[in-house]
Amino acid sequence: MRRILYLLPVLIFVGLTVLFLKGLTMDPRQIPSVLIDRAVPEMVLAPLPGRGEDTGLSTADLKGRVSVVNIYGSWCVACVQEHPTLMALKKQGDVPIHGIDWRDDPEQGAAWLKKHGDPYQRVGADPAPGRTAVDFGVTGAPESFIVDRNGIIRYKHTGPITPENWRKTLLPIIRELEK
Amino acid sequence: MRLLALCALLLGLNAATPALAVNPDEMLKDPAQEARARELGRELRCVVCQNQSIDDSDADLARDLRLIVRERIDKGDTDNDVRRFLVERYGDYVLLKPPFKQTTLALWLGPPVLLLVGAGMVALFYRRRRRTSVPPAVEVPLTPEEQRRLDRLMKETGQ
Repeated sequence: MRRILYLLPVLIFVGLTVLFLKGLTMDPRQIPSVLIDRAVPEMVLAPLPGRGEDTGLSTADLKGRVSVVNIYGSWCVACVQEHPTLMALKKQGDVPIHGIDWRDDPEQGAAWLKKHGDPYQRVGADPAPGRTAVDFGVTGAPESFIVDRNGIIRYKHTGPITPENWRKTLLPIIRELEK
Repeated sequence: MRLLALCALLLGLNAATPALAVNPDEMLKDPAQEARARELGRELRCVVCQNQSIDDSDADLARDLRLIVRERIDKGDTDNDVRRFLVERYGDYVLLKPPFKQTTLALWLGPPVLLLVGAGMVALFYRRRRRTSVPPAVEVPLTPEEQRRLDRLMKETGQ
């Protein structure tokens, strides 16, 4: 009994060390989304100028097929980094990707797509104060949501999509939902 | 006297300039509603900057949330309605003061429990020390054998 008592500080120290080491590997920006398994928020977003037949993005558009909703903005630096991946995904044509042009002037959002390429099927404009983005619980751009065919949010990805996390995380989830 | 006035002035200036991110164009017309919005803003977390309140933060998203809080207050929401609105979207994380519920039991009860455990250990330590401490010594006379040894030793050292 005594011996255990003497060992106690060491045990507590080891326990705390393990806990803190785990804390070091965690990304504090990854906040669990409360919207998982909830319906896509009600929205009727206007289209961007000059995107042909696109009528914008509304809740009903996200039903019927598994899709990805990507939050971007022409002001967003990490979105430029993510963009080639989205373009490649469009080419593969696995899953429709829709965009929400967040906190942006729709003209600039459209110009940005002209410049970097347009991977989206539908794009809705959500100018400041970004009510739809707040409804989605968005904390920054880019952020992506996987929506199932019933319009239920199934997964949220914070930060840029890369070929790697697409293959490892997002695509398997989409495949599972498409079954 | 002049010095005193200067001090008072400086103190007054100091008190009048808290760090503020709220811009005049965001404010509500009704001062009572604006006060409520400020109060709420101080307990809502800016989800980008994480350890600032939306009232403190200059981040764009914090501004958006300030505007939305004011919009809801203007529409007649109570403080709790506004909190619920944001928790539904950002989770409890958006509240700087976490709510008391099952998943936060350790957070809220941990410190007092640890304090009690510590106090208990200190109390135990003192009680045990008192119990095992040596009772006051009673003078026991030397036995004849001991007395002889002592005498011999004293003689050896030449005393």
